[in-house]
Amino acid sequence: MKVRDIQSAFNLEVAAGGGGLDREVVDGYCGDLLSDVMANAGRGSVWLTMQSHQNILAVAALKELAAIVLVNGNRPADDTRARADQEGIPILLSQGSSYQLAGMFFNAGIKKKEG
Amino acid sequence: MRVIREFKIKAKDFIHAGEGSMEIRKALKSLNLNAELVRRISICAYEAEMNVVIHGGDGTMSMALDDTGVVIEVTDNGSGIDDIDLALKEGYTTAGVEAQQMGFGAGMGLPNMVRNSDFFKIESEKDYGTYLIMCFKFNK
Amino acid sequence: MKLSEVREILNAEVISGDDCLDIEITGGAASDLMSVLLGKKPTEGALLLTGLTSIQAINTSVIAGMAAVVFVRGKKPDNAIVSHAKTHKIPILSTSYNMFLSCGKLYSNGLKSITWLP
Repeated sequence: MKVRDIQSAFNLEVAAGGGGLDREVVDGYCGDLLSDVMANAGRGSVWLTMQSHQNILAVAALKELAAIVLVNGNRPADDTRARADQEGIPILLSQGSSYQLAGMFFNAGIKKKEG
Repeated sequence: MRVIREFKIKAKDFIHAGEGSMEIRKALKSLNLNAELVRRISICAYEAEMNVVIHGGDGTMSMALDDTGVVIEVTDNGSGIDDIDLALKEGYTTAGVEAQQMGFGAGMGLPNMVRNSDFFKIESEKDYGTYLIMCFKFNK
Repeated sequence: MKLSEVREILNAEVISGDDCLDIEITGGAASDLMSVLLGKKPTEGALLLTGLTSIQAINTSVIAGMAAVVFVRGKKPDNAIVSHAKTHKIPILSTSYNMFLSCGKLYSNGLKSITWLP
């Protein structure tokens, strides 16, 4: 599954990083504590968060996350957007909650394959 | 107005942060006030207390009441708020990484207080401190 | 669904409140940040899923009016937190599943997102 598949299936607005819509998604991750995401998020995860500041791109880049979805109608600041474009990491937007989106994504098959 | 509770708040003391507000909540519940009113006052007290812990120097919080309503006052001797209008905007925060790791710093504190109180006033002076007062009426 | 079902679905440990497993859970919310939970009022039976294992998670949940708290990512609260939860009569569970998986499993079993009143 690619980021663009999720974007279109759930009709999510692309706020930035549109160049990265073909990135592969293998899992989902929910979290708002950056130290936790740094420690635990898996490569290729689509990251659901309320955090909208620039640091989320550093985390996403380091952890090679597939995309960031900002929940609860949050929007990224201009510098966050610019950084996303630079890194080629999509930021998608949703009015829904983390719980809601995690539920829908999980149901749609976004989950790590059991090894 | 009679002050019925008063608490000291210590800056950066995340372990005891919230104790004052939880005490206030307990006191309000024992007065058999309307549950929604207790909720609103507790939210305001808690957000104010957390703000002092996160941003302020040491501070105090007091609760007073009479037959018209409840008043919460919070003062601290922290570094003050540079731009109050900005601070009142949802999502705006000057909280550091430490606060964020504690689950705060989302920039919702002051807006939540304004939203949940019947009257809200804040004054702050750089390097001197901050004072806020919130009033809640019975039987609105 | 009942809290006991939540426990089963998440393969969770009941840290406190094993006398409360019969309570009705009507919706879920996932958040590591606390003051975002104080902006609106959750309906009765709201379940908070969080990775923030701190006393503030209990304080926020009590003040906000949550029915129960699940600590995800295998986080276990310390004794001070457990005792605080007991004092305020809020049941707490712990699951080794992460937040995404926890939400996913509960949602798949029919637990919708919390409805927030303005």
